Amino acid sequence: MRKRSSAAERKPAVDPGKLKASSRRAGRKIGGSVLIFLFLTVLGIFMVLPIWLMIVNSVKPVNEMFIFPPKWYTLNPTLDNFKDTYRVLGQMWVPFSRYVFNSLFVTVSVTVLQCVFASMAAFCLAKVNFPGRKFLNAVIVLALLYNSNVIYLMQYMVMAKLHLINRMAALILPSVASTMGLYLMRQSMTAVPDAMIEAAKVDGAGLFTICWRIVIPNQKPALMTMAIFAFQGAWNITGGTFVYDESLKTLPTVIQQAAAGGISRQGVAMAAAVILFVPPVLFFILAQSQVMETMAHSGIKD
Amino acid sequence: MVNGAKGTESIGAKKEQRKQILRQIAQNREAYLMMAPFMLVFIVFTVIPVLMSLPVGLTDFDLAQFPPKWVGLSNFYNLFLNDSIFIKSIRVTLVFALFTGPLSYVLSFLLAWLINEMSKPLKVIFTLIFYAPSMASGVYAVWQLIFSGDSYGIANAALMNLGITHSAIQWLTDSRYILTVVIIVQLWVSMGAGFLAMRAGFQNIDPAQYEAGAIEGIRNRWQELIYITLPGMGPSLLFAAVMQIVSAFTADIVARNLVGFPSTDYAAHTIMTHAYDYGWVRFEMGYASAICMILFLAMYAANRLINRLLGKYTE
Repeated sequence: MRKRSSAAERKPAVDPGKLKASSRRAGRKIGGSVLIFLFLTVLGIFMVLPIWLMIVNSVKPVNEMFIFPPKWYTLNPTLDNFKDTYRVLGQMWVPFSRYVFNSLFVTVSVTVLQCVFASMAAFCLAKVNFPGRKFLNAVIVLALLYNSNVIYLMQYMVMAKLHLINRMAALILPSVASTMGLYLMRQSMTAVPDAMIEAAKVDGAGLFTICWRIVIPNQKPALMTMAIFAFQGAWNITGGTFVYDESLKTLPTVIQQAAAGGISRQGVAMAAAVILFVPPVLFFILAQSQVMETMAHSGIKD
Repeated sequence: MVNGAKGTESIGAKKEQRKQILRQIAQNREAYLMMAPFMLVFIVFTVIPVLMSLPVGLTDFDLAQFPPKWVGLSNFYNLFLNDSIFIKSIRVTLVFALFTGPLSYVLSFLLAWLINEMSKPLKVIFTLIFYAPSMASGVYAVWQLIFSGDSYGIANAALMNLGITHSAIQWLTDSRYILTVVIIVQLWVSMGAGFLAMRAGFQNIDPAQYEAGAIEGIRNRWQELIYITLPGMGPSLLFAAVMQIVSAFTADIVARNLVGFPSTDYAAHTIMTHAYDYGWVRFEMGYASAICMILFLAMYAANRLINRLLGKYTE
């Protein structure tokens, strides 16, 4: 951080005309970029192959499933697996739309609450000097590292005490306070120059205003990353034993049920995996394309 | 904060100090209010359950008998002295963590950096490609297909077609291959939270600094990385390191889904798998809790070590 600022401080010494002319990055050779592109592509193909196979197998007709050697493509794609999954879901006594609603409601609430709560807390932990700050920062990291298989039981006991079992809140509340999201935001916010916050304070802005009007808009990369984690986590919430009513179950729960029990066929498992895979990917693309690098720090210098 | 001061004259100083802290608390009440929503949920659903879980490792809690009997440290004695599978699981976990942890950390950084050198649409596409495995929760079925033990398995079919092997290899049940296969799949899914955080870290660096750097005489990507990017990325690097520790030490989902539970000869039996075994198969919660406690201490030690290594970048 210190080195960074020194580079930035020296900048004004440069004549602005020269600066404009050199606005492209240093030492970029086309050859290097092509090499990097090729490297990423080759490695990327290895990363994508299993997912490609998942998608191909979800549309493969049954008679192509067991050909030797296994094929990486199919000439007769069929949506049978998806149709069968949907048919099984339609036979359940709770309408399919109910599961979709549950999943959407839970995902949106968790994502929004998690981002709002963690952003505010992260701002204070990173940039405000209050008694107890060091302690809280340490607690957050410890909570990230702590992992015990009885926590789930204890959570159940706490929620039973609060009469939350078998309610929508049981799906949402335990996931709202994400230490991972908080820690991510906190780490990112430490780079915000103190001078920026002091200047806003002098102008009479309170912490709340500074947080939402000045700091958060400059933290888009971290904020969007947190949103991706939140969405992904929330989308996969099944509720476990916290809810037992069929009408409170979420899409992942019932789709996995249908794939495993209703129609046990390999293609159907793949179709289920594809269905659950699509929403996080769409959200990912949406969130990542929101990140405009030119926004970082909006020209404010340390 | 308050030093254990002796003597009567220090009582006044202590009082003064306490007053000052109270004043600071009052001054920062807006900060406490802003943290309140998070902290409230955090305390109820994380801190309280964690505190409740701490003493369980010292009991023989088995979900059936209540209240559980206090057994002191005997769970820990048994783990180290009478449980040969636990000792084996320590070895498996260490091998696993040493292979996947540093490798995927370096790989995450390298990929995040290289992706950052691409144009904007390519950045989104490549980031998606490398992060996609972390989003495909149901993809283990595909890996089972790839490493299937018969000749219909993709890996076997490829090797046999090329004439490298003549009979199918039992990737998922032969204890010679299990750990390798699990490590490969774990590396495949490991471009996760740490990788994305590093991508965000790269994107958070002010482009003006690169321009300034170019004028200052930075000549290539490498120098730019060392002198401008890295010093500004310390916090993201630390976050990624913590996430890497967590995923390297607590990974058991890949193994359980891929090679089954328990794996042949306990070849992929990590400490976490051992805890799963005692917790959710045998319901010996006290014993399982003790296992988790040891794992936590190991992770804490690893975290301290990494903090020291990355020390100059941390706040």
